[in-house]
Amino acid sequence: MEEDILYEAANLKDVIHDPTVARLVINKDKIVSSNIIKGMEIFPEEIKDGVKVKLVVKEGEIIEKPIHLCFGITEENAVQNIVIDADIEKNASVSLLAHCVFPLAKDILHKMDAKIHVGENAHYSYFEKHIHSKNGGVRVLPKTIVSLDSGARFKTEFELIKGRVGLIDIDIETKCLENSIMEVTSRINGTDEDKILIKETGYLIGENSRGVLTSRVALRDNAKAEIFNKIVATGAHSRGHVDCKEIVQDNAQASAIPIVEVKNSTAHVTHEASIGSVDSKQLETLMSRGLTEDAAVELIIQGLLS
Amino acid sequence: MDILKIENLTLSFNGKNILSNLNLKITEGIIHAIIGPNGAGKSTLASTIMGLEGFRNFEGEIYFKNQPLKGLGVYERARLGITLGWQEPARYEGLKVSQFIKASSKNKDKDSIIEAFNIVGIDYYEYHSRAVDKSLSGGERKKIELASIVAMQPSLVILDEPDSGIDIASLKNIFAAIKYLHEKDATIILITHSLEVLKQAEFAYLLCNGTILDEGKVSKIRKYFEGKCMPCPHKNIPLLSEIGKGV
Ligand SMILES: Nc1ncnc2c1ncn2[C@@H]1O[C@H](COP(=O)(O)OP(=O)(O)O)[C@@H](O)[C@H]1O
Ligand SMILES: [Mg+2]
Repeated sequence: MEEDILYEAANLKDVIHDPTVARLVINKDKIVSSNIIKGMEIFPEEIKDGVKVKLVVKEGEIIEKPIHLCFGITEENAVQNIVIDADIEKNASVSLLAHCVFPLAKDILHKMDAKIHVGENAHYSYFEKHIHSKNGGVRVLPKTIVSLDSGARFKTEFELIKGRVGLIDIDIETKCLENSIMEVTSRINGTDEDKILIKETGYLIGENSRGVLTSRVALRDNAKAEIFNKIVATGAHSRGHVDCKEIVQDNAQASAIPIVEVKNSTAHVTHEASIGSVDSKQLETLMSRGLTEDAAVELIIQGLLS
Repeated sequence: MDILKIENLTLSFNGKNILSNLNLKITEGIIHAIIGPNGAGKSTLASTIMGLEGFRNFEGEIYFKNQPLKGLGVYERARLGITLGWQEPARYEGLKVSQFIKASSKNKDKDSIIEAFNIVGIDYYEYHSRAVDKSLSGGERKKIELASIVAMQPSLVILDEPDSGIDIASLKNIFAAIKYLHEKDATIILITHSLEVLKQAEFAYLLCNGTILDEGKVSKIRKYFEGKCMPCPHKNIPLLSEIGKGV
């Protein structure tokens, strides 16, 4: 089957036959496999060059095993538009594991537009892992708008450390009502001519809302990264933190612009950003244990991106 | 046999000699100590033997098993069997304790890794998946650093202030690991200004103002901790209280 290459690359072979695991597998603009379990609903619709999905997790439902999503393209050249509208109802809990797999990519454009609503005291965690070809011919443009009701928890991680990045332009914006918590993390490894743009914004609107924006980027060769992290705290006693670390080698270039705005005197937002080459003490410690410089750098970067 | 021989070693930063005309010999299989007050040049000497960046441009020569080390980088010296335990071990981001120890380890099998944990008194199951980062205490990092050295099976180990940041209970673990390395035929250089650490050694050097002022059995050199210091011929007379610091 054509999709085997996707399952293989994303390590999904076992999951795909497990009836207790919810899943949705999309190859370019076709739904090739799905499984829906109790407590949730998926309404997929094929659109031009893509798929639109509405996902609902019903009030109070706890989905034990992560829902597996796979957005793949088995062709070399293609456009894929994914539109997601997720509604996690009150007191529900779910985690999603999404694999974006473009193993043969030469010229691929993957666009994602996601709207996520996490209801009162609901939990939503989303882990998106990208597996790209070694060619670099991928452009990934994910745009996500998240709204968290009171007491909601939202955690998202974006990982692109296998294959070439190509161009990635992440834009995620989260609004947090009282007592809600957001955690947004990106981990990206750029090489060659890769270009990485990350824009993460968090609005801590409600009282006691909390948010952390974390970026970890490693760059080599001629790769470039620009990272904008912004937290705006208006809620009383809200707490925010921006944390950006980039390791830059060769001719790579990076910039980090953390913006923190506090509009309530009881709120508190901090930020830390570091950009630079591999720490020399870390490097020399590993080399003094017999690792070559390359092996030591590799291990340090692997740690940073883990 | 002398595993390490340093002849007329001089190292300067911005025209100022940090190590000047330093000579010493380290006998294979023996635990040595280098003591001296703060700022004497102990860490500089350790960095120069290991060949760290910025410490390779020295005058004189350092021989390891009769091979001159001048011109060799850290990796090459490590491959010869030399390693260094930092006074302040590095902190990483995300790197797991077991990955760190495995990377250093001569034998990559799980049993060897677990043994290295055991020797420094760190519980494998509690620590292996933790990160070697700021979440570890100074003492934990020192022990993990030592575990990676144990796993490496080096022939010459330089430990820069192995007791710094270590509580009394953990000090036993550190000493046990030193004993283990010694039994495995490693030659050890303990850099210290602590009498407790000095007592682990057999032979010692007194380093002051970048040069060796005295050497001998520990029973003799330990007198510097007891205030029986001979007059220092240098201009910066070390404070006895400094030599005795950490006791
Ligand atoms: N990279 C450096 N550049 C300039 N001076 C240095 C450098 N490293 C150490 N020194 C100086 O060298 C002297 C010895 O330092 P160090 O070797 O750290 O002493 P110790 O370990 O014995 O306390 C000190 O005066 C210190 O300030
Ligand atoms: Mg020192």
